[in-house]
Amino acid sequence: MALLELRNVSKIYHLGGEEIRALDDVSLDIGAGEFVSIIGPSGSGKSTLMHILGCLDTPSHGTVTLDGIQVEKASASELARVRNRKIGFVFQFFNLLPKLNVVQNVELPMIYAGVSGSQRREQALQALEMVELGNRLKNRPSQLSGGQQQRVAIARALVNNPRIIFADEPTGNLDTHTGEVILALFRRLSQEGRTVILVTHNPEIAAVTPRRIEIRNGRIAEKVDARLAGLDRLAASATPAAAVAGA
Amino acid sequence: MTLWNAIAVGLKEIWAHKFRSLLTMLGIVLGVSSLVTMSAMVQGMENGAREALVAVGGLEKIRVEAQSVPVEQRHLRDFATGVTLDDVRALEFSAPDISKVSPELRFDRPPTLAAGGKTHRTWMTAGVWPIQMQLMEHVIEHGRMFSDLDNELARNVCVIGTGIRDELFGKPEDTGEPVNPVGRTLTINGYPFTIVGMFTHYESEQDRKVREARLREQAAALAAGKTNAASGARRDRGWGGGGGRRGNFAFWIKNNTVYVPLNTMWMKMKSGESNAPAVPKLSSMEIKLRDSGRINEALTQVRNVLMVTHRGIEDFSFRTQEDRAEEIDTFIRNARVSGGLIAGISLLVGGIGIMNIMLASISERIREIGIRKAVGAGDGSVFIQIVIESTVIAVVGGLMGLATSFAFIRLISFLTPTDNAPVVTAGSMSLAFGASAAIGILAGLLPAFRAARMNVIQALRYD
Repeated sequence: MALLELRNVSKIYHLGGEEIRALDDVSLDIGAGEFVSIIGPSGSGKSTLMHILGCLDTPSHGTVTLDGIQVEKASASELARVRNRKIGFVFQFFNLLPKLNVVQNVELPMIYAGVSGSQRREQALQALEMVELGNRLKNRPSQLSGGQQQRVAIARALVNNPRIIFADEPTGNLDTHTGEVILALFRRLSQEGRTVILVTHNPEIAAVTPRRIEIRNGRIAEKVDARLAGLDRLAASATPAAAVAGA
Repeated sequence: MTLWNAIAVGLKEIWAHKFRSLLTMLGIVLGVSSLVTMSAMVQGMENGAREALVAVGGLEKIRVEAQSVPVEQRHLRDFATGVTLDDVRALEFSAPDISKVSPELRFDRPPTLAAGGKTHRTWMTAGVWPIQMQLMEHVIEHGRMFSDLDNELARNVCVIGTGIRDELFGKPEDTGEPVNPVGRTLTINGYPFTIVGMFTHYESEQDRKVREARLREQAAALAAGKTNAASGARRDRGWGGGGGRRGNFAFWIKNNTVYVPLNTMWMKMKSGESNAPAVPKLSSMEIKLRDSGRINEALTQVRNVLMVTHRGIEDFSFRTQEDRAEEIDTFIRNARVSGGLIAGISLLVGGIGIMNIMLASISERIREIGIRKAVGAGDGSVFIQIVIESTVIAVVGGLMGLATSFAFIRLISFLTPTDNAPVVTAGSMSLAFGASAAIGILAGLLPAFRAARMNVIQALRYD
């Protein structure tokens, strides 16, 4: 069974009586330890897909299973719990809290996980060592470079030891060189066995991942990932497990 | 998220916006301090009023006064006896709810007291029995109360209060040494009386403190070797005397008492009057009850006894301290309610200020709320964080308000010194503090609800 399973997922917005299908009947499996990029132009529905995969949003139709949890039925507080324990987010604009210093920012997810103070500090230090920022603990985010801020964000994403890391345009706000350093970091995380999902509009960045999922007009463009075509066909015959095994 | 964490985050948020938080707290500070100050001042007034009530004999004391015959009994007025010694005797024997009773016979006009070339007129001159001393809660400072024998023999002796001593023989504060008038002679309307005793000086707690402070100052000035620079022509500021504050009226009256034996009063001062009746008619009787809880029963008893001695003619009336006690209660209650209302309104305004600033704060922090939610803060955690922040503002404001109230009280007693020192009670402080905390929680609810309901995706995108 895959870590993430989407079955016939649609997301429909109603804008002034007009129905907008941001996602249209998408089925998708992502296995544990995969390094995947979701690629597509803006407005293609890739952000919506990421929100649903990241448990920030729930689908209008279809089912989402994350590590055995039925996400589409979960309440807001259950979703918050899943985000806290299972998922780490890295955003384009870093999204660090400006009033907190580096360690406090990294500790933030553990506060909501109910980890004790001393253990929080210890785990935060470990995570910061991993991104080589063990020497900037007391700095505010505004005192760091973009690349450093993004590494703090990655440390924050890692600190609760989640099963999946989501990165939404993680290099979009960085220069090419720094961006490569960050991408190398994600590659390393993938090699260490974590599931990493990169969301980007840039094919060059998507090229670093072994598997690419292209979204167009709310649907998965079949030509990019041959495996998904087979998956769709098998999903229709209601044996998704066989599909994954076959792939 | 533990409670302690949330409080720490709240304090940090306040510290990050020091000036804004201070302005926001100001409402609560004013509300709490006005509540505590108001309550302290009312408490001071109440203490003063209760002291005065005790000084005039407390709730157990009843006065029976002679009164003209009621209209429906006008035709019987020739048979009306008035309040007489017979009544006193009858009450002593027939009214078990009464512990003491003393007759009182006063002059029709204030008599002239004179000694050493000084004169003084006072209403509070009366012929009484020795038991009056206990009835009116007098305490002898020098000498003695006149005895039953003095009364029996109608001796020309008297006992005076310190106010009379001050007027006729000089104040100890002015002469610098104790003035003991016992053994000296004064005249009442020209008749010489020997002073056999003087009562102690009665004063309210506040007056006593003021006087002692002044004494200490004088002692310090003397120790420093300064002469009294303010000496010169002594100035008398008229009625009430002493050139200083008159203090509480009840205490002033008590200090200006002159008691002579009832028989002396009757035989030497009254019976010579042209219209004097054969049997002395008393001005009034002072009655002390055994139990202040049985006022109504005792009054019925006294009335029944007196209706017999007066042969059914109701030419007397009662004056109890109940009215006075009720007046005090009503006044205190009104002062509490109106003061509490004002303080409550200012607390409410403070609460609205907090709500306003919390609403502004969450719209400034939409992105922060989005981030917190994205990394796993539930709606409940966000809700609690905002409520705690507003509560922390209110509680810090409340603590500052408590501190400010002491400054307020000092300022007010400096600007308008009264007889009644404000008394800060623990009850009013905890009430004010509790109210500020409750208002903090209430003011945080709406902003917290809005923050908790924010959509995480929209909040993350907001800039």
